[in-house]
Amino acid sequence: MHEISIAQSIIEIAEAKARQENSRCIQVIKIRLGEFTTVVREALEFAFEVARLETLAENARLEIESVAMTVRCVICGSVSNPVRAVCLICPQCGLPLEVVSGEEFQVEYIEIQIEAERV
Amino acid sequence: MDRVLVQTNVLKANQEVAAENRRLFAGEGTVVINLMSAPGAGKTSLLEATIPALKGQYNLAVIEGDLQTDLDSQRIRALGVPSHQITTGTVCHLDARMVARALAEFPIQKLDLLIIENVGNLICPASYDLGESLRVVICSLAEGPEKPKKYPVMFHKADFVLLNKTDLSPASGHDLKDLMTNVWEVNPRAVVFAVSCKTGVGLEDWIACLREVIASAAWQSHRGYESSNLCSQA
Repeated sequence: MHEISIAQSIIEIAEAKARQENSRCIQVIKIRLGEFTTVVREALEFAFEVARLETLAENARLEIESVAMTVRCVICGSVSNPVRAVCLICPQCGLPLEVVSGEEFQVEYIEIQIEAERV
Repeated sequence: MDRVLVQTNVLKANQEVAAENRRLFAGEGTVVINLMSAPGAGKTSLLEATIPALKGQYNLAVIEGDLQTDLDSQRIRALGVPSHQITTGTVCHLDARMVARALAEFPIQKLDLLIIENVGNLICPASYDLGESLRVVICSLAEGPEKPKKYPVMFHKADFVLLNKTDLSPASGHDLKDLMTNVWEVNPRAVVFAVSCKTGVGLEDWIACLREVIASAAWQSHRGYESSNLCSQA
């Protein structure tokens, strides 16, 4: 269960950006989360509810975009989405497949209220 | 309401400290192993089997990560090798900052090999780069053959995979071949060693391989190369 510390990292990144933009109110944090990571979406959503208290993201909504795992064979070029029991060997060539997507884990954007709007 | 692009990796703070650790290790010419497994797979037993074979020839040290106790660290010190304990409390993995803090009190000058024994866990440690040169994952045959498929991220990122407790194949009813196939399917590039820390079977190859890795790092350090230079020249 490392989702709490991950939720805190997400909030720290969002807060740093918000401060840079002179905002003290984050309304949305949008992240991209690959399927081939160690983070569980539901656990992260739960952790975020706790971690956001007493931060600039106190009233923020966490939007999570899942990124599917995609693999490609460097020899024959075939692209596929491994499901459940991951197998990273090309069924045609018998050679290692490279992971094209699914390892993403980033804060994509934030939506903030800037000070001027609040006055 | 304004939308502001961020596009920052969630683990960026850890990655930055890991990069600093890696620079420090490269400067010292120290090979650093991040040793990971489920609880009870044999991380400390592997160290007990490996250290005596190397310690006459090389300067070694161990950093032990554990939730509560320093029992593993005591086992390492009994071998006559310096060992530093990081007690993580409730945190289920080591991160780069914990290692950086440990290095402040645990000097690594002139070390050939530093082994960091991570907290027993096949999930979280996979995400946290410590600045290591090699990721080594141990899986014991007694755990059954499905572990690589159940924890693919951990196995996928490993450089070396050791399959331990091969002596328990008959008793556990698990076939080493099934486990090897599953490792291969999630990580076709991993170097795999089938060993028994109890009987010593297979350890020779693992230790010979470590010697090669240390010799190669010493050569690079002697030539004044850092890994980044090697990459840009390639």
